Amino acid sequence: MKAKHQRLVLVVLALIALVGASLLAVYALRNQANYFYLPEQIVAEPPEPGQAVRLGGMVEAGSLQKLADGVTVTFAVTGRDNSRIPVRYAGILPDLFVEGSGVVAEGRLNSGGTFVADNLLAKHDENYVPRELEGMSEHQAAEMAEDTTVGLE
Amino acid sequence: MIAELGLAALWLAAALAVLQLSCGALSVWSGADNEIAQLTRPAAILQGGLVGTAFGALLWVFGITDLSVKLVAMNSHTMKPLIFKLSGAWGNHEGSMLLWVTVMALAGALIAAVERRLPERTMQATLAAQGFVALGFYAFLLLSSNPFERLAQPAPEGLGLNPLLQDIGLALHPPTLYFGYVGLSVAFSFAVGALVTKQVTPAFARAMRPWILGAWTFLTLGIAAGSYWAYYELGWGGYWFWDPVENASLMPWLAATALLHSAGVLASRDALRVWTIMLGVVAFSMSMLGTFLVRSGILTSVHAFAVDPERGSFILFLLALYIGGALLLFALRAGSISEGERFSVASKEGALVVNNVMLSAILAVVLLGTLYPLLTEAFDIRVSVGPPYFNPVSAIFVFPMLAVMAVGPLLRWRRDNWGRISRELALTAALTIAAIGLLAVIFGMAVLPLLGLSFAFALGVASFLPLRGRKLTRVPLATWGMVIAHFGIAVSLFGMASESAFSEERLAALEEGQQTSVGPWQVRLDGVEPIAGPNWTALSGRLLAAYKGGEAVEIEPQSRNFWAPPQQTTESVLVTRWNGQLYAVMGGEGVDGRWQLRLWWKPFVTFIWYGGLLIALGGAFALVGRVRTDVKRRSAERRIAARRRDEEAML
Repeated sequence: MKAKHQRLVLVVLALIALVGASLLAVYALRNQANYFYLPEQIVAEPPEPGQAVRLGGMVEAGSLQKLADGVTVTFAVTGRDNSRIPVRYAGILPDLFVEGSGVVAEGRLNSGGTFVADNLLAKHDENYVPRELEGMSEHQAAEMAEDTTVGLE
Repeated sequence: MIAELGLAALWLAAALAVLQLSCGALSVWSGADNEIAQLTRPAAILQGGLVGTAFGALLWVFGITDLSVKLVAMNSHTMKPLIFKLSGAWGNHEGSMLLWVTVMALAGALIAAVERRLPERTMQATLAAQGFVALGFYAFLLLSSNPFERLAQPAPEGLGLNPLLQDIGLALHPPTLYFGYVGLSVAFSFAVGALVTKQVTPAFARAMRPWILGAWTFLTLGIAAGSYWAYYELGWGGYWFWDPVENASLMPWLAATALLHSAGVLASRDALRVWTIMLGVVAFSMSMLGTFLVRSGILTSVHAFAVDPERGSFILFLLALYIGGALLLFALRAGSISEGERFSVASKEGALVVNNVMLSAILAVVLLGTLYPLLTEAFDIRVSVGPPYFNPVSAIFVFPMLAVMAVGPLLRWRRDNWGRISRELALTAALTIAAIGLLAVIFGMAVLPLLGLSFAFALGVASFLPLRGRKLTRVPLATWGMVIAHFGIAVSLFGMASESAFSEERLAALEEGQQTSVGPWQVRLDGVEPIAGPNWTALSGRLLAAYKGGEAVEIEPQSRNFWAPPQQTTESVLVTRWNGQLYAVMGGEGVDGRWQLRLWWKPFVTFIWYGGLLIALGGAFALVGRVRTDVKRRSAERRIAARRRDEEAML
């Protein structure tokens, strides 16, 4: 390249690449806006069955059941306005998975309206609540979550 | 007493940072040759010693479990094994920040002690910048996170350390990561120093390069160690979750990798001057941003320990001050740094520019994805961004970068033509295409693992091409470093692609005596019995695992109950073979006396971390090679100067 303004050309090329990356990222992120769901959002506007999403809420007390195969559990995740989503999960429950506590489930809704979880992200530290679940204070389960939290004081 | 000594040492270090900053700034302003300038280096060195003392004091109070120190009472316990007592010193917010400033002060002391290649004025500006950054973090530590605070009444017993942190990983991961993370502060200070004196030269890049290499090597090790730790400790079988805390370490790595390569161009060819300075600023800015994300707990993370949101605003202020200040200086000065040498597109510089642009694009993708939840939260929309975003979007830039990485090192500096390396190009392309074709036909796998495996094969071969036709004993160490590091990328990529393409998983509920299989493994549950450790009790499963009907190995995954603090953890067990790992986790009791087992067979998963180690090894080779060349050249220069003096004396 014999161009006199090579630096300018380089800067422009780098800018194009960076702006392109950012635009691509923003475009992809807009689709991510419907990645995290609260139970009431699933009731109001359910995602497509099979679409990978996260569901966050409180595990309903008394809803945890182990199925006969020994590895599958079902429970319900509740949110505001009495919304309630049944969840099925095959696997070992996380160490701090407790009824009445917060959970984030990764998985997908099946056609029957049950959320099939591949992964459960429960708080793994006694002081940790998934951030998505913070500020659900008007929801009664949040108080129970705090009761299960062992404070340092 | 020891705690007060530590605190006093910290205050003194902060005072010395003020001295370092003012002496450095004054001597830059008034010309470097005066008595004030003589004070800058000793201030930095003494400061390193003092902060080292403070850190030693913290280790001491943790080692003897001095329960009158609040931090010890909150985070330690007399019954803990000594190694976890010591590593627990940085398993909390205050101790972690003290480790941070310790690395920062030691890095500052090291440049003050050994760096003699920079022009004295640039050196003074660099040390002033280093002192300025350190000062902010001393203030943060002393004003809001004092690790040596005493309790009015000593606690009868400590509250204990989170059991997930009671692991050798805590002894290895944070120190190596911080050496890398905070070591980048040196590159930042160098960049600021060069901006102040406007001396951006190849000599400057040669001086800066070993520091970048050192930090980058540690950062690579820290990320690899952290990834392996999370892999076996969290018991989910995953090694990378695109979690904000992980991204916080990846972003400085991406910037430092770009910086490493652009500093190479500046050192060898005197091009990319402004860009290199920019990257020096960006790399450490990413470290500080990462510190903010991790320490404030502002984003949801699975690795978030010991976070304190109230202190986040302090770090945010420091972040704004240093990044904003450096960028302002950059904006004011960048225009006055003259353009470097030119080069054609088909040249080593051209390939390195593509590498830099791609790395920056990946950095932008990761940065936006990590911060996006914060942006949307401002509009009260809760979002979590995960692998469905990060994997495909970053792959768009990763694969072109890998392609350039395969052929770029073959090109010559300044100007080259593609015809000269057409055979190598054809070989690489043919390998890639053949691998894609074969794998698609045999396994019919998903796009990303398919591309990953193919590129790993091609890159694995191509990374050795720069050695072709050369006498291996005469290849410089730095070139070996590049070859090893690039080969490490291929090895790591192979591990990742293989893990995602070929992993097999089995969930089973077994009675004692029953067996199940996963991949080529037969696993039998022999029994479950209770056992006790120093500060926990556990249910321990006894499994017999046999690979392809061979001899069985006994493994014992546990479900542990710690009692300080009370918490249950699953202790996974790994059986490592050369061609992969068996990963076993045992849950609690299932229905009717059966035990839950989760087993994975992960072919070649270990290659991910072998690759990481190779990359770091490459960095270490390059570092040793660069330093050795430099020492040789300087001693030669000294000899020539001495001979000239002798000759003059003879005359």
